[in-house]
Amino acid sequence: KSKEAEIKRINKELANIRSKFKGDKALDGYSKKKYVCKLLFIFLLGHDIDFGHMEAVNLLSSNRYTEKQIGYLFISVLVNSNSELIRLINNAIKNDLASRNPTFMGLALHCIANVGSREMAEAFAGEIPKILVAGDTMDSAKQSAALCLLRLYRTSPHLVPTGDWASRVVHLLNDQHLGVVTAATSLITTLAQKNPEEFKTSVSLAVSRLSRIVTSASTDLQDYTYYFVPAPWLSVKLLRLLQCYPPPGEEIRPAVRGRLTECLETILNKAQEPPKSKKVQHSNAKNAVLFEAISLIIHHDSEPNLLVRACNQLGQFLQHRETNLRYLALESMCALASSEFSHEAVKTHIETVIAALKTERDVSVRQRAVDLLYAMCDRSNAQQIVAEMLSYLETADYSIREEIVLKVAILAEKYAVDYTWYVDTILNLIRIAGDYVSEEVWYRVIQIVINRDDVQGYAAKTVFESLQAPACHENLVKVGGYILGEFGNLIAGDPRSSPLVQFNLLHSKFHLCSVPTRALLLSTYIKFVNLFPEVKPTIQDVLRSDSQLRNADAELQQRAVEYLRLSTVASTDILATVLEEMPPFPERESSILAKLKKKKGPGTVMGLEEGKRERGPDINGGPEPAPASATSTPSPSADLLGLGAVPPAPAGPPPSSGGLLVDVFSDSPSAVAPLAPGSEDNFARQGPCLPPTPDPGPVSIPCSEQNLGPPVQCKVTLPWFVCKNNGVLFENQLLQIGLKSEFRQNLGRMFIFYGNKTSTQFLNFTPTLICSDDLQTHLSLQTKPVDPTVDGGAQVQQVVNIECVSDFTEAPVLNIQFRYGGTFQNVSVKLPITLNKFFQPTEMASQDFFQRWKQLSSPQQEVQNIFKAKHPMDTEITKAKIIGFGSALLEEVDPNPANFVGAGIIHTRTTQIGCLLRLEPNLQAQMYRLTLRTSKETVSQRLCALLSEQF
Amino acid sequence: PYPLPFPQMRFMLLFSRQGKLRLQKWYLATSDKERKKMVRELMQVVLARKPKMCSFLEWRDLKVVYKRYASLYFCCAIEGQDNELITLELIHRYVELLDKYFGSVCELDIIFNFEKAYFILDEFLMGGDVQDTSKKSVLKAIEQADLLQEEGPRVSHPRQISFVPCF
Repeated sequence: KSKEAEIKRINKELANIRSKFKGDKALDGYSKKKYVCKLLFIFLLGHDIDFGHMEAVNLLSSNRYTEKQIGYLFISVLVNSNSELIRLINNAIKNDLASRNPTFMGLALHCIANVGSREMAEAFAGEIPKILVAGDTMDSAKQSAALCLLRLYRTSPHLVPTGDWASRVVHLLNDQHLGVVTAATSLITTLAQKNPEEFKTSVSLAVSRLSRIVTSASTDLQDYTYYFVPAPWLSVKLLRLLQCYPPPGEEIRPAVRGRLTECLETILNKAQEPPKSKKVQHSNAKNAVLFEAISLIIHHDSEPNLLVRACNQLGQFLQHRETNLRYLALESMCALASSEFSHEAVKTHIETVIAALKTERDVSVRQRAVDLLYAMCDRSNAQQIVAEMLSYLETADYSIREEIVLKVAILAEKYAVDYTWYVDTILNLIRIAGDYVSEEVWYRVIQIVINRDDVQGYAAKTVFESLQAPACHENLVKVGGYILGEFGNLIAGDPRSSPLVQFNLLHSKFHLCSVPTRALLLSTYIKFVNLFPEVKPTIQDVLRSDSQLRNADAELQQRAVEYLRLSTVASTDILATVLEEMPPFPERESSILAKLKKKKGPGTVMGLEEGKRERGPDINGGPEPAPASATSTPSPSADLLGLGAVPPAPAGPPPSSGGLLVDVFSDSPSAVAPLAPGSEDNFARQGPCLPPTPDPGPVSIPCSEQNLGPPVQCKVTLPWFVCKNNGVLFENQLLQIGLKSEFRQNLGRMFIFYGNKTSTQFLNFTPTLICSDDLQTHLSLQTKPVDPTVDGGAQVQQVVNIECVSDFTEAPVLNIQFRYGGTFQNVSVKLPITLNKFFQPTEMASQDFFQRWKQLSSPQQEVQNIFKAKHPMDTEITKAKIIGFGSALLEEVDPNPANFVGAGIIHTRTTQIGCLLRLEPNLQAQMYRLTLRTSKETVSQRLCALLSEQF
Repeated sequence: PYPLPFPQMRFMLLFSRQGKLRLQKWYLATSDKERKKMVRELMQVVLARKPKMCSFLEWRDLKVVYKRYASLYFCCAIEGQDNELITLELIHRYVELLDKYFGSVCELDIIFNFEKAYFILDEFLMGGDVQDTSKKSVLKAIEQADLLQEEGPRVSHPRQISFVPCF
């Protein structure tokens, strides 16, 4: 039947049902059910259903099982968790749960699990644990309750606090009914991941249960034996539960550990036994358990013997005739490759893996082979692996080319013994798969060439040769243009690559290139003007031609105009300064790695540098990536070579000599930039044309000269104010000082209230703000003197205007002198103006956070402090403190929900500094670990010190 | 201190070789629009695969485990950490359950008795996790429900919906 006929028929039916629902006559339960069922059917055919929900909800309160059942089915299929009907539905569920009718209860539990919304969690999270652990609950209801609770926990973990039911749930691992054990294991595993301490008794119970299963005869477990494999689902789940914990301690629980090792050995042994059935179900179930056991062995990473056995077993699978097993073996070996115990054993399979790359017919399997080659690569086999990957790239599937390019680029850099090999490899990459070479890759090769003197000449020669090809990829033109612009002089001595030849070669590609590449080439040309004065006239001709000067593209036109002018008016000296060779880039993590991680999702790519996996208590670090150059606007070109992360350069020498330079640049400040491909930032690094250092501003609060006697009373209240802006700063019997302050970007205003607690006047009342010489250059405070007389019981107010010029560490001191009665009083307190006050919170998504985090990975940027908790470790208080500290509190960013992460920008007059922070509490040890990453070392240190005081 | 992302089944789909969706079960809240998009995309990928290829494929950030039974594809999306082989057998066990209930099941059974297919799936999997792996337990639960049904007025099966496009 035709599609149209079907639609017509359905529309007719829908109209019919609609009229029935709308009709005057109340429908009886039976018809309601019939029509709801029809709607459901139509929906499942792929048509939209926008009515009938109400009727379905009505069915829930029917006493007839069939009507209720259809009602629940409709709701679980068609109701999204945020529907407005949820409250009605919840009511019906509540009634059914309370009905004590096991079948009704079952339906209700299923519905909760199917919808699993937050509202449901709120309504039922308290009820379900009771059903789960009640003595009189039937087994089947227990199973449903366990999984239902699990579903709610996944949706809204905070709504399902583990309570005293936790320990009783753990003991379900001992239950006689294997169905109950299976369901309970899923629940326990998930709960244990978040609260390992509370569920740690599950380890020994799980081990003994597992042990009983793997040693049982295949018939012992009756219906739970699946194709001669005893309880495979439960075995897999138990093995997974054990992966929530470290290996059982050898000293503390030797018996448990021994028993577990025995289990794992038994599972490995069984893999060698002849199959009990030829059915694929038998081998699948058996191998499912085996692979999960291997995962556990890899996770523990502590038994070299088991690791090597696992590796050998997987080696056998690599050549198995089942594609599925080959796929899984490749996948599993990837993890083994990163264990120091089995890395060498994995390497012995290199030929098989390379063969897989060439012969596998399924791209998903080839993909796994690429992954494994990447994982097993080290210095000893890098050349072979890179060569194989390159040759595979020629025929590789389009879907995985980009990833292979990234991997090759990373390996080539990582294991380059001499960088000529590296340069060759990257140029090959561009030749073979130019379209898949992303910016990160070619930026990186340029960073490396610029940073290494020894390879510059070779690079220039090689790109020159590669450019000879009649058709070369645009990416090669980019790399070639950049490198020749910097280092073309190194090969200019050879008449075959004389300046003019170089220029003509590049310019022959010019017209075929896109705008950004042409812009880059124009920069190369102006660099040539400096390198090779003899080609200056030729280049000026090119720049002067109409196709450049009147180019429709503003960027090209502007470059042509400015470069032409620059080449005409600037003296040789100035040209040499402006067009100097690019300085080395700061060493930083390869942006390619970050890109690969992003592509594969965090966690799936093991950073090679980590070598052996670090499974410390801080694995929550998991994903990583990158830095907050939150300061610079992320224009697509701005971070070209990663320069965005360069700390804002201290202003170069002011444009002193030559009004010329000033003229050229001051008229078009942004235009001159593009000496490196397209980026303004690049130019800034060259120095000469930065704006001069901002002037110091109005004279600030002075008076470090005033030498004051030792402070009479100086309470250290500073930490209290770090996360708060208002409060009492100081109080004694005479005087109370209160504060109110507000901050915005790099400015702030503080109201200081001096209260006279006595009934006598204060005379000569003089508060003074004291900044050390050093502090004065970072922080500017302005205020007016207050009335020298403060009446008894009165309060006077003083306003301080604050500007943060640059980041600072010290706090200003507030000194107060006055006469009370016949005595001279002198009080000094630190004024709580701390760097974090100039924080602006920044919200960002998890991915961005980790990308920035990773970019800020140099040792100077990170400061870490591990310290004992001084206050009770309360999550809500901690959150409030982090927010009070001024950063944004980022939820659902850290893979470990117990951790806190925050992000913000410190504003100063001169710069803005992106800051990321992460606080990891350890409840058992009552310790914290605080990590700060910012683009400026002093800022990281200061913020870390300030925040550490808070917990 | 060892936070493995806890793996979870995201959804299960049954669709025919002609690309007709026969059953869908989502274990993570997903908007309608997104569901449709995912179903369309995934069907295309799976239907394009050749017979000897492996049963697992990476798709978006998920792993898809699929198997074809006669004219129907059974397809589960799990998270990367999850066990592929056991998921494959999970599919098989579900097929066995359908088979036992309907008596050598065919696509038509699932079309005409879609609600039964859902009920059986619900008894077997809840929230994406196995509730009970015993064939007997699951079928017993379904049979009990059927008994209750007999007590009601004469059943209205969707068989009555006569406009079902037969294929």
